[in-house]
Amino acid sequence: MKILSSLRGKTKVNRSVWGNVLLFLFLGVFGCYMALPLVYSINNAFKPLDELFLFPPRFFVRNPTMSNFSDLFHLLSNTWVPFLRYAFNTVFITMAGTIGHVLLASAAAYPLAKHKFRGTKILFSVIVLALMFSPHVTAIPNYMVIGKLGWIDTYWAIIIPAFAFPLGLYLMKQFMEQIPDALLEAAKIDGANEYRIFWTIVMPLVKPAWLTLTILLFQLLWGTDGGTMIYSENLKTLNYALGQIVAGGIARAGAGAAVALLLMSVPILLFIFTQSKIIQTMATSGMKE
Amino acid sequence: MKSSDTSVVSSGSPVGKPIGKMALLLHDIKRQKHSYILLAPYYLLFCLFTVLPVVLSFLISFTHFNMLEFPRWVGWQNYTRLFLEDDVFLIALKNTLLFVAVTGPLSYIMCFIFAWLINDLPPKLRAFVTLIFYAPSISGNIYFIWLIIFSGDMYGYLNGFLMKAGFADEPILWLQDPQYILIIIMIVQVWLSLGTSFLAFIAGLQNVDPSLYEAGAMDGIRNRWQELWFITLPSMRPQLMFGAVIQITSSFAVAEVSMNLAGFPSVQYAGHTIVTHLIDYGSIRFEMGYASTIATVLFAIMLGTNLLTQKLLKKVGE
Repeated sequence: MKILSSLRGKTKVNRSVWGNVLLFLFLGVFGCYMALPLVYSINNAFKPLDELFLFPPRFFVRNPTMSNFSDLFHLLSNTWVPFLRYAFNTVFITMAGTIGHVLLASAAAYPLAKHKFRGTKILFSVIVLALMFSPHVTAIPNYMVIGKLGWIDTYWAIIIPAFAFPLGLYLMKQFMEQIPDALLEAAKIDGANEYRIFWTIVMPLVKPAWLTLTILLFQLLWGTDGGTMIYSENLKTLNYALGQIVAGGIARAGAGAAVALLLMSVPILLFIFTQSKIIQTMATSGMKE
Repeated sequence: MKSSDTSVVSSGSPVGKPIGKMALLLHDIKRQKHSYILLAPYYLLFCLFTVLPVVLSFLISFTHFNMLEFPRWVGWQNYTRLFLEDDVFLIALKNTLLFVAVTGPLSYIMCFIFAWLINDLPPKLRAFVTLIFYAPSISGNIYFIWLIIFSGDMYGYLNGFLMKAGFADEPILWLQDPQYILIIIMIVQVWLSLGTSFLAFIAGLQNVDPSLYEAGAMDGIRNRWQELWFITLPSMRPQLMFGAVIQITSSFAVAEVSMNLAGFPSVQYAGHTIVTHLIDYGSIRFEMGYASTIATVLFAIMLGTNLLTQKLLKKVGE
């Protein structure tokens, strides 16, 4: 009750205590629906094998063990392609794709946000339209385009298309619009050219936005398994390799649970550290008109 | 910089002599050389990997194409086959529309309600609760754990619970029974859907001008519901529109969850959607012409729904 009443006094008026109780109860119930599967997978990763197959199934772990992780490392050290190779593939694809996208999207967002010239409106509305359909629609011709470029079964088939991901440009342009024009004018009077202004003034100012783009692209690329684009075993990603372990079935249930925990912890940790910047960027994400 | 159009006309043209449209355009492009150079790399790739594929998909949809022979023009044949002869497509269409009609609005409203409730929490707690709600959508393949919850044997959590509590005598085949498949996919998809738009709503709520609420209280707004309808919603209309686009697009695109939970193809096509139908013809049967027809129809439905929703949302709070 104390928290609830202290909430009341802050900036908002028109709050009834019973309304608060009701709404927070609602939040609590749905919080469990959202959190249970996650809590469950954390518990599972530390369960010894006999607890994984109990009837009736038990939710929380009773005798936590690290054996699932040691099993996993044992499995990984015996793979045909060295485990480090998979890890390298994922890290390389994620890094190259993210850096390229942040640079290209910021470079394109700057003139769209701050220069008024012929075509800005059309160029931007094309991006908004691109947000309105999913990449599934273009998957087949995309494969043909990448095939024509000779990129099938190379890293580039995943990396280069990620550069032109529309959501990134959209968020970046919206964020850049709030940079005061006077600042850019002043730099111009001091003799800086457009590229210099972009690199030394605009880019440092939009740090929250490029952190957000980094997270978005990271999520997109970290989870890739190469799909139809990559078929050579030694170019496959971590996600694919770990998926193969889970596909091993019941005998691998313990290692599989450890894999699930490892795969999900990286994006979650990244989000924890960047949350406030992402929220700051999202504040400008609205569609105008 | 801003007044480039007018300055060109007034200073750039020699007295009395009208300059051509092309010349004007060229002049403009020269003035804005730097802008175009900055734009070029992104837009070149965007054209190559988004615009060109949309055009190609549209063209291929009128052909018979199997990746081996040169495409053969067949006119509207693929479209008539899709709507008149392909019963499975009609099931997929029905499932997808049902799915969008339920999870689209539901996930959208959930994104907003949770963002709105979280906004009242003290900052530290708010950051934590945001993480809890956002985590499923960024945890990759973590939805696999729903497989264990809905597993059809007695080791599945739901079956274990129901049997122990006496509601069921034998395990229920949740993911094999057409009666349950679509509902389970919906439950999991809603769980996954508090993503980008959820964050956009949180941000939008934090940026509503607090003085508006004070002014509202003086103008006679009595409770939080009135406050929500008359102040909060209209102030964050831009975020609401952005969120709608993201939620609609992702609820039309559902495929992976269905394929991984209910199998591919699912029992009696109960979990079949337009995208799984597209994947079936595109990456298994290699009927690229027909698959492109499915893709083009999907494109039209997605775009149409989004544009219509945008029109409707402009009316919120008016």
